Amino acid sequence: MTMPTLLPDGEPRAGGLRHGRPKYLEVRDLSVSFDGFLAVDNVNLDVIQGDLRFLIGPNGAGKTTVIDAITGLVPATGSVNHTGTEILGRKVHQVARLGVGRTFQTASVFENLSVLQNLDIAAGAGRGPLRLLRRRKTVDAAVEEALEIIGLEGAAGKKAGILAHGQKQWLEIGMLLVQNSDVLLLDEPIAGMSQDERAETGELLRRIAASRITLVIEHDMDFVREFATSVTVLAAGKVLSEGSVAQVQADKKVQDVYLGSSEVEATDA
Amino acid sequence: MRGLLRGRLGTAAGFALGTVLLLGVAPAVLPVFSLGLLGKFLCFAIVAVGIGLAWGRGGMLTLGQGVFFGLGAYVMAMHMKLADASLFGGSGVPDFMSLYGSGEVPGWWEPFRSPAVTLLAVVLIPGLVALVLGLAIFKRRVKGAYFAILSQALAAAFAVFLIGQQATTGGSNGLSGFRSFFGFDLKDPNNKVMLYLIAAVVLLLSIALARQLMHSRFGELLVAVRDQEERVRFLGYDPATIKTVTYVVAAVLAGIAGALFVPLVGIISPADVGVIPSIAFLIGVAIGGRATLLGPVLGAVGVAAAQSALSSTFPSFWVYFQGLLFVLVIGFMPGGLASLPALLGRRRRLRTAASTPAVPATRVRTPLAAPPEPEQNATMPEEARR
Repeated sequence: MTMPTLLPDGEPRAGGLRHGRPKYLEVRDLSVSFDGFLAVDNVNLDVIQGDLRFLIGPNGAGKTTVIDAITGLVPATGSVNHTGTEILGRKVHQVARLGVGRTFQTASVFENLSVLQNLDIAAGAGRGPLRLLRRRKTVDAAVEEALEIIGLEGAAGKKAGILAHGQKQWLEIGMLLVQNSDVLLLDEPIAGMSQDERAETGELLRRIAASRITLVIEHDMDFVREFATSVTVLAAGKVLSEGSVAQVQADKKVQDVYLGSSEVEATDA
Repeated sequence: MRGLLRGRLGTAAGFALGTVLLLGVAPAVLPVFSLGLLGKFLCFAIVAVGIGLAWGRGGMLTLGQGVFFGLGAYVMAMHMKLADASLFGGSGVPDFMSLYGSGEVPGWWEPFRSPAVTLLAVVLIPGLVALVLGLAIFKRRVKGAYFAILSQALAAAFAVFLIGQQATTGGSNGLSGFRSFFGFDLKDPNNKVMLYLIAAVVLLLSIALARQLMHSRFGELLVAVRDQEERVRFLGYDPATIKTVTYVVAAVLAGIAGALFVPLVGIISPADVGVIPSIAFLIGVAIGGRATLLGPVLGAVGVAAAQSALSSTFPSFWVYFQGLLFVLVIGFMPGGLASLPALLGRRRRLRTAASTPAVPATRVRTPLAAPPEPEQNATMPEEARR
């Protein structure tokens, strides 16, 4: 196969890389207001390269809005620093070109295009006009590798619209890989997946997260427990708690927020 | 066999067939008058190629292509008027200006005395106008119905503007009575055939251009922008740039078509560039199949021919028929006639699937029924929904 350019050697771990100069995402005093309602309220967040961070919290806590703000989709105040570059206040496509990629709750691939075409487009934001005007004849090495990583080698020629739900989410993750994003923002990647698909997605995240800054929004606490290296809890737009899964679950404030909420059994830590 | 037809050989064969039909058979069998009529239809087909790109592939419902058609046409008409005035009148002032105006040629007409400037302007003026409009519209993320209404309003405004300029653009009469085309006598049947041949060659070239664009990475990106504009943004592209480029290509094609229309038909007036002709451009594209390469071309020629045949017999009836046709196609066959084979194939499959329940009704990969022309294999019925 081609040289492994997309897959890191190790596994992600809490606190991220301990050697060299790891990349980082530093969110400071991030606030988003919708008509006076503070959806995100002075959020501070640090994610280091090599950490597989999960962002959890009850419905309406502002998790998705945080990602929307980072990627430039909604206007926000404060600061988001990606390894020395301020990315807040830029347009969506400019943020993406700075290496910040995201997926969506409902998989949004290009359904009329093939899996290969989807990946090729994701890999091509830096292409010049002349390359764009020519026909796609070869497959980029990165695209080929991504196909293998996300397990869709056999489906490269299929239209993305006929993929199974789980495969679509994997395709989205593959698109992030070839897009060369070093910040991965994943919005509920396993929602609607079967148990097998969840496990595979978790393994996929484990394989790719060691060399990247990864922030995953998730509701499923079993999944969080199994794959997260660190967790941030958001409630009512504010950061409530942060640490390892065990630390967060032991936090009294977190328990209070989740009591009465049926979706997470936070007390069984 | 089908694999062969889909490949490069099939494409070459398709183009060869088109070339033989348009450049060989048609001039041999058709009388000069019909050839001129066909030439006019081919001009509409050139506009349709551009609309197919912008609307079928790019999702931009361009209801105002008459503006660009008109810009190209008026540039050419101004040049021909000036050339005629120098050749036959001696004064260098077009006849209608002496009738309605001061008898002096306005300063902004003067550059079009030069044939070279005229040919450049036919391409550049529609292109630049579309560039400025496109950037202004798409950077502000105006899309969908708002874009369609805006483009139609532009066509209406353009026609009103032309009507108001009786002394300099001929007003609602437009510009007509041309006698020469770059020094060639327009009464000479040989020159009429030549004009037709130019239109046919330009059409073939514009089809080749559209094909290259559709099959390139740009074409794939354009479909992505049409289907999920926001998603494309998150991949690091600015959709406004991609849409603007496509809009400019469509505008340039419309401009060139307008410039060819003038010597072929002998008149250009606000009635040829306003709202109604702009919609008429679209109908052929919709009927033929907007997302395909040849659908717009065949649709445009077919509708123009039908209009020409029917409107002389039932003049008032045609407009209603046209509107009805448009509604029916958009409502029941959004992919146009080009999607018919695939639609029928799917129905047949559904019926067989219903009669033999043992076969799991999974999503069978739709093998597109073999259409007559290889390019129509690019038909994607699902994608025409937008």
